[in-house]
Amino acid sequence: MTVSISFQLNGTPTQLEVPDSQLLSEALRQGGSTGTHIGCDTSQCGACVVHVDGQSVKSCTLLTAQVDGKSVTTIEGLANAEDMHPMQQAFKNHHGLQCGFCTPGMVMSAIDLVNHHPDPDEKQIREWLEGNICRCTGYHNIVKAVQHGAQMMKEV
Amino acid sequence: MYDFTYHKPSDLNEAGQLLTNDEAKVVAGGMTLIPTLKQRLAQHSDLVDLSAIAELNGITQTDGVVRIGAMTTHSDVHHSELVRSSIPALADLAGQIGDVQVRNRGTIGGSIANADPAADYPAAVVGLGATVHTNQRDISADDFFTAMFETALGDGEIITAVSFPVPDKAGYAKFANPASRYAIVGVMVAHTQGETRVAVTGAAGSVFRASEMEQALADDFSAEAVRSIAVASDEFNSDIHASAEYRGHLVSVMAARAVMAAG
Ligand SMILES: Cc1cc2nc3c(=O)[nH]c(=O)nc-3n(C[C@H](O)[C@H](O)[C@H](O)COP(=O)(O)OP(=O)(O)OC[C@H]3O[C@@H](n4cnc5c(N)ncnc54)[C@H](O)[C@@H]3O)c2cc1C
Ligand code: FES
Ligand code: FES
Repeated sequence: MTVSISFQLNGTPTQLEVPDSQLLSEALRQGGSTGTHIGCDTSQCGACVVHVDGQSVKSCTLLTAQVDGKSVTTIEGLANAEDMHPMQQAFKNHHGLQCGFCTPGMVMSAIDLVNHHPDPDEKQIREWLEGNICRCTGYHNIVKAVQHGAQMMKEV
Repeated sequence: MYDFTYHKPSDLNEAGQLLTNDEAKVVAGGMTLIPTLKQRLAQHSDLVDLSAIAELNGITQTDGVVRIGAMTTHSDVHHSELVRSSIPALADLAGQIGDVQVRNRGTIGGSIANADPAADYPAAVVGLGATVHTNQRDISADDFFTAMFETALGDGEIITAVSFPVPDKAGYAKFANPASRYAIVGVMVAHTQGETRVAVTGAAGSVFRASEMEQALADDFSAEAVRSIAVASDEFNSDIHASAEYRGHLVSVMAARAVMAAG
């Protein structure tokens, strides 16, 4: 069976006819938004985190049908034109990534954090990134990047 | 995932109608159901999404009772000013579930319907002496959880809300699995209108009340009163995370910490 849905994808009205059982992570990647990564596919690693109506969620654990009428933001929707989003820039500046696989999810979770706590301390950052697993960095530079990214987000 | 037909009814009657088909299943936050479907551990002909039914969402308080709609997310309970001021232990418990993204989707109705032996909310429902409302009846907390992953809900019965009487004092402490955050042991203690309750999750197949601890706390509501009480652990869960004996030990430690958290 298929279902017709319409939603905002990174600000663009989008209509899709999708299988009822399709996952949002699959729809996004098939549509070319391959910045949304699928790591564990079991709701644990956070590589697939996107925002739905401004809240961070794991897109591998959401049906595409469930975002009908909603607004979805992926990592591709953050930057405008050439400039990186301040949080992306902060990850670059602080070497908050090595292989980069976890990074899109980390950035999406970090922005949700800053939207709730504009000046997060280390404890808050580590709590908010509980659902994002990184196998490379050891997290220290990610925490630094998020702290700095939060400050840079105030300047734009 | 096996294929299914997705429905998003806008009222409870329509949802109830769709669920008269016994191959149909409710989906709430999907944080347990979708992973289960992905692993092909379950197959349903139809999924009935409750998210468009407005009356299932939200938190209200009347006459000393906090009522939380079944579709209210863990994040909404955690961040609710109302819950924070009336039952801070419940706001804290909700904030300790999983991670931010799980809390942004997972719901109280889904959590208790699922009755995972390691879930947090069952300890709150039993510990605070809540009432579970469904589209058919009201079920008291003590009758709701019947066994591991089993509840008193009938086929197609929908949880609509959970009512928590505001306690005089309550506290929750859990020893979390560091990977999933599920409770290896979690204990809710509460003193409500002369009644003391101690509910334990994570340790056994289903949440249970530690009656010896309840009696001790009724006489003396202090951490010392429960710390030395050992619960029988022969029937407790035993897995790679913790042996039954260790879980038994944790029950006393978490009970004491919960009493301290209750203040
Ligand atoms: C990575 C991860 C970590 C987690 N950590 C924790 C944790 O630390 N502590 C914890 O307690 N939980 C934890 N969970 C579980 C989480 O809390 C979910 O909220 C919970 O599993 C189910 O809620 P849901 O709304 O997602 O329900 P769903 O997955 O949508 O549904 C679960 C079951 O309940 C039924 N159901 C749902 N709503 C209703 C209703 N209103 N009436 C009748 N039946 C209904 C469904 O049919 C299904 O059988 C974790 C989950 C994940 C993925
Ligand atoms: S791919 Fe979604 S949480 Fe890992
Ligand atoms: S940078 Fe490789 S997983 Fe995080």
